[in-house]
Amino acid sequence: MAKNISVTIKFWKQNGPKDKGHFDTHELKNIPDDTSFLEALDIMNEELIGEGREPFVFDHDCREGICGMCSLYINGTPHGKTERGATTCQLYMRKFKDGETITVEPWRSAGFPVIKDCMVDRNAFDKIMQAGGYTTVRTGQAQDANAILIPKEDADEAMDCASCIGCGACVAACKNGSAMLFVSSKVSQLALLPQGKVEAAKRAKAMVAKMDELGFGNCTNTRACEAVCPKCETISNIARLNREFICAKLAD
Amino acid sequence: MLPYTIQNYLADQAIWPRLSTDLPEFEATEQAVEKEIDRLMNIKGKRSVDSIHKELGHIMWEHVGMGRTKEGLEEGLKLLKALRQEFDTNLFIPGSKEGLNVELDKAIHLRDFILMGELVAYDALHREESCGGHFREEHQTEEGEAKRDDENFFYVGCWDYQGSDDKAPELVKEPLNYEIIKVQQRNYKN
Ligand code: SF4
Ligand code: FES
Repeated sequence: MAKNISVTIKFWKQNGPKDKGHFDTHELKNIPDDTSFLEALDIMNEELIGEGREPFVFDHDCREGICGMCSLYINGTPHGKTERGATTCQLYMRKFKDGETITVEPWRSAGFPVIKDCMVDRNAFDKIMQAGGYTTVRTGQAQDANAILIPKEDADEAMDCASCIGCGACVAACKNGSAMLFVSSKVSQLALLPQGKVEAAKRAKAMVAKMDELGFGNCTNTRACEAVCPKCETISNIARLNREFICAKLAD
Repeated sequence: MLPYTIQNYLADQAIWPRLSTDLPEFEATEQAVEKEIDRLMNIKGKRSVDSIHKELGHIMWEHVGMGRTKEGLEEGLKLLKALRQEFDTNLFIPGSKEGLNVELDKAIHLRDFILMGELVAYDALHREESCGGHFREEHQTEEGEAKRDDENFFYVGCWDYQGSDDKAPELVKEPLNYEIIKVQQRNYKN
């Protein structure tokens, strides 16, 4: 049986990247605890609009943990301190205590400028992907699935890497604002497969160069990213990326 | 050989020149959008975009669902028109049109959704038969299956917008002409 709880939402307001920004608060009363956190924010926004105020702006799309749009820093942790492997949209009000104050902030990182409130510009990730996160194939019919044999373990591991949804929580959690967990997952998902090996050296160099150019920091192995990643990507991906990168550099 | 190579050939041809925004069509569209945005911002009513969106969902679910009737659709159309009126006179969009305004963004889409809903209801009302996902409860076989009326509805239809949201659209028909196959009732039973 769901019970109702009341909470105070302390949320970040910021009108564009240049604005200083500040916190606003709103009391949410009698919210059924099987409401998702984002639904609670929808309810809050209806109430704000009812008072003639502007709603709190945040990113969201699929609301089922697959698209990577939701991106809230909740009570000091990207995606909130829920069970491992959950996105902001998979967080429910039953995880909070009656009377609690919930603080909501944007991803704060030089690589992700604020557009408004908690909506940040994550175009940098797309630019990194464009730099090399693909394999060059000829347009046309896909070839037969069994034409290239791939060991099951490799396929599974590549799939685990590919499950990174590009949310950016790893960057938000990192004290250096490093995008290494994201980049290494995207490099690994291809490097592990025969189709990706052909351009592996070029890819690793291009993606790392783009990441540096866009103002993301370096990895110092603090593993904060791993702890918050909603898809449980591990820093062994980073080790793999470093290997790919060093091999590519040595070959130059 | 050809089917395997043509896509690659075409992919190389897709080098599209960037269209200029310096065209009269662009200017006219820009002005129309600007005007619509000003209109929406100035309604200054009482209802949020989401509250109207949810009402739209309820009307569609109740009256324009998969199983539909003449009465239900007529009622639905009435409610949809009233909802469009409510949108045009009682909508409230906070904030300004400068910079990002998610409520304005949603409102522009919602107006299209309401019109789209009306169009679906219109078409469903007109089509006095059942076929595929369009199940008019009045038109079913004794076993509760969809009953087509090939005599009157053997065509592909398209609705032509008459220049105003308040004018009924006009039906354009393209007859279906099968030369080889024999048209018959679909049957999943045997
Ligand atoms: S590695 Fe994890 S935290 Fe980083 S972008 Fe991918 S899914 Fe998000
Ligand atoms: S909204 Fe798509 S992952 Fe959360």
